[in-house]
Amino acid sequence: MEPVQTSFKEPSREAEKEGRSVLPASQNPKAHDGTAAGRIVLDADDISRALTRISHEILERNKGAEDLLLLGLHTRGVPLARRLAANIAAVEGTTVATGSLDVTMYRDDLRSHPTRAPHRTELPAAGIDGKTVVLVDDVLYSGRTIRAALDALSDLGRPAVVRLAVLVDRGHRELPIRADHVGKNLPTARSERVSLRLSEIDGEDEVTIQ
Amino acid sequence: MNRHLLSIDDLDVADIHRIFTTAAEMHDVQRREVKKLPALRGRTVINLFFEDSTRTRSSFEIAGKWLSADVINLSAKGSSASKGESLRDTAMTVTAMGIDGLVVRHSASGAAAQISQWIDVPVINAGDGTHEHPTQALLDGYTLTRRLGTLEGKHVAIVGDVTHSRVFRSNVKSLTKLGASVTVVAPPTLMPAGVGDWSKEAGFATSWDLDSVLPDADAVMMLRVQRERMSGGFFPTAREYTIGYGLTRGRLDLLKPGTPILHPGPMNRGLEISPDAADAADSLVLDQVSSGVAVRMSVLYHLLAGESDKTDGGTA
Amino acid sequence: MSILIKGATLPDGTTTDVLVRDGQIAEVGVSTGSTSSGEADQTIDAGGLRLLPGLVDLHTHLREPGREAAETVLTGSRAAAVGGYTAVLAMANTNPVTDTAEAAERVFDLGRAAGLVDVQPVGAVTKGLAGEELAELGLMARSRAKVRVFSDDGKCVHDPRVMRRALEYVKPFGGVVSQHSQDPALAGPTACCHEGELSGRLGLPGWPGIAEEVIVARDVMLARHTGSRVHVAHVSTAGSVEVLRWAKAQGIDVTAEVTPHHLLLTTELLSGYDPTFKVNPPLRPDEDVAALREALADGTIDAVATDHAPHARHDKEHSFVDAAFGMLGLETALSVVTTVMVEGGLLDWAGVARVMSANPARIAGLEGHGRPIAVGEPANLTLVDPAAQVVVDRAASVSLSRNNPWHDRKLTGRVIATLLRGRPTVLEGALL
Repeated sequence: MEPVQTSFKEPSREAEKEGRSVLPASQNPKAHDGTAAGRIVLDADDISRALTRISHEILERNKGAEDLLLLGLHTRGVPLARRLAANIAAVEGTTVATGSLDVTMYRDDLRSHPTRAPHRTELPAAGIDGKTVVLVDDVLYSGRTIRAALDALSDLGRPAVVRLAVLVDRGHRELPIRADHVGKNLPTARSERVSLRLSEIDGEDEVTIQ
Repeated sequence: MNRHLLSIDDLDVADIHRIFTTAAEMHDVQRREVKKLPALRGRTVINLFFEDSTRTRSSFEIAGKWLSADVINLSAKGSSASKGESLRDTAMTVTAMGIDGLVVRHSASGAAAQISQWIDVPVINAGDGTHEHPTQALLDGYTLTRRLGTLEGKHVAIVGDVTHSRVFRSNVKSLTKLGASVTVVAPPTLMPAGVGDWSKEAGFATSWDLDSVLPDADAVMMLRVQRERMSGGFFPTAREYTIGYGLTRGRLDLLKPGTPILHPGPMNRGLEISPDAADAADSLVLDQVSSGVAVRMSVLYHLLAGESDKTDGGTA
Repeated sequence: MSILIKGATLPDGTTTDVLVRDGQIAEVGVSTGSTSSGEADQTIDAGGLRLLPGLVDLHTHLREPGREAAETVLTGSRAAAVGGYTAVLAMANTNPVTDTAEAAERVFDLGRAAGLVDVQPVGAVTKGLAGEELAELGLMARSRAKVRVFSDDGKCVHDPRVMRRALEYVKPFGGVVSQHSQDPALAGPTACCHEGELSGRLGLPGWPGIAEEVIVARDVMLARHTGSRVHVAHVSTAGSVEVLRWAKAQGIDVTAEVTPHHLLLTTELLSGYDPTFKVNPPLRPDEDVAALREALADGTIDAVATDHAPHARHDKEHSFVDAAFGMLGLETALSVVTTVMVEGGLLDWAGVARVMSANPARIAGLEGHGRPIAVGEPANLTLVDPAAQVVVDRAASVSLSRNNPWHDRKLTGRVIATLLRGRPTVLEGALL
């Protein structure tokens, strides 16, 4: 069943937490001019190149596509995982398993916000046991989302290896977590907002900083 | 979403959909090897049951435990006016233990609402007398939505001891909120007082004739008929009730093919529902039970997991 | 001891001075007032106030003996005095029940000891209110308490044979049976909400108007048959009013009372399941309320009676069906009647004096109460500010209980002073 998702009108809380823009494209008309919505630090080509590089790194590290599962974290990690899978498929000529992971229930700040309905967690029928799971997220910041994702994974099974791929690492970690694959390291101040927009969700690809 | 769930009136349509969305995720958790989410870790929920109900209590207990809450069952049966302690004292005492949520079942209508005015933790009504049973209606609505895709424009027949049914009172509200039309079928003696004005205002239909309603129904919800009602003179004999208002084997032929059949349980096989109907391929009775845990997990999560006093408004 | 009440407006609208001396009304008139003022021990300025004969309540629950945590004869007497009453009839459903001469005398004596209002015990119709065997009606009538009103109130004398015998038996001593009209088969012990759309929605056991009406209809026919007098307590439905109107037109000896709460409060108040509004008979819809007001105005209903029913907090803090029936009424009755009937243009002040004093005193056979304000009459008097706006505060009540359905409600009319046989029990709105 895919229930009517009236509840998803609300802004993503993780997005706020990570200091990203939560405005959908339609409500953010000035996103292109690089002033009102911030400075563009990665354009569509940059994003594409970064994802291609990460795809190669994953393959290299895993010595092929076997037993690989690319698990996207909601919301923007999910399309990123699919793009990485498509890249790998193009290189290797095999399909790579993807899935989505919602970590709402595992967050350590659950009690400081109003609750919201979780997104779908979708795993391949074979599960995650013995797999090389690559968690895919858009922006790595405090590390708390990844901590929650690792807890969620342990309830879902026992992967052989877990790795982390992010498009942007903006620093300011609050937990001992680092990414295995990084699209771009972006030094930021805490007061800045890093916004990723993806064509699947926002109608275009770019990373801005504000 | 309101702080308490006392009645379907506490929920708007967006709230109901939000509960369903979360319930769908919880449903997946039920199929996992590790049936556990940490959302309510460190929180304590008391199931305060003034009236026996193994299935509802178990459902709430499992739901709470799968969300990692500490769940304690308290049977307060017999704690009525005659036994000395007042309802308020019982509720205050239980809450004073330092709990985070109270699930209340009581044989008296309005008991959960009254308790919610005395204590400062969220109260979930697990059935109050002949008033409401909101989580039952939510799980019925969820089960039907999964089956029918949407309830918008669908026609649901609710059949049986309507006047004594909290399941009916909650369902008629939630089903109509979800866009379904509802026809209530019962003999005149089992219709609630004032149902004429009520149905006009609330937008549901009533009928004394089951056979004329079944062919148009997209779902049939049978209500339990307690045999004690016979002594109350509500109907003459079980046989007469079954022939007039039971979902008999013969009546299954009146239904459109694939029409789902619901029953909140426990079923009186042979009285309001025949074995042919209860065990039919289109019977959703067991789906209701498994949905019950998922929906109650969802309700507990939304009322107890977040910042106290509110959950995100989705009513924009 | 003498008191001069200066410039009071009598029920008939004339403004005058009234001199009270030695428990009686000594002089009435403007000129006498001015000449007598020098000799009065005390003067009450009654400019703009209405002077009524002391109010009489046909229906009060004082709870003593048995439930002294809810009310005692003393605290109930205080509430009555504050409400402008000089006499109250204390219902028999105490523990033990007032079903013997001794029990009646005990209540009577407690009332005299309190000394704030005349407490007149009501005797039970049947032993232990069980509805089966007649209580010692005659002995209660002969006792010092001189019981004249008999009632199983709280329960209906539902067996028609018992009711018939009771009506016949009280004739020699001028007794009257005050009936709590509730057919127990149509409205059982759990019935607690007017049967209608709201009871259907709330899932509360319905108390249909018909359960009252069939008993009222039966009882007026029994009264006609026995040639005896019957009094209908707390009439609550338009159907009962119709029966009463018909019966009175037939010349049947029937009287009836209505409570302040049935004149103003409606069943919708139950939607929050607050047991403060649980009362028997239950609050009814607007149509019934309108019929009751009209019946009180046209004399079909003779009297306003409070059915003051105090309850300790713990008896109300149960689920709605388990909580005790009843609400406070003594301290607010006059204000409710002023608001509903006088402001509503349905009764003038002579009418208020009639339904709250003269008629109840006559129905109960109480001597010295409900008398005209005239020289030589006992000085049982109530002084009312007809224009005062009051907001009811349950915490300010002198009753022991707090089951006050009028809390926070804005009402018009306030009792300023009450005199029992010339002695003030309340002055400036406060108990002395």
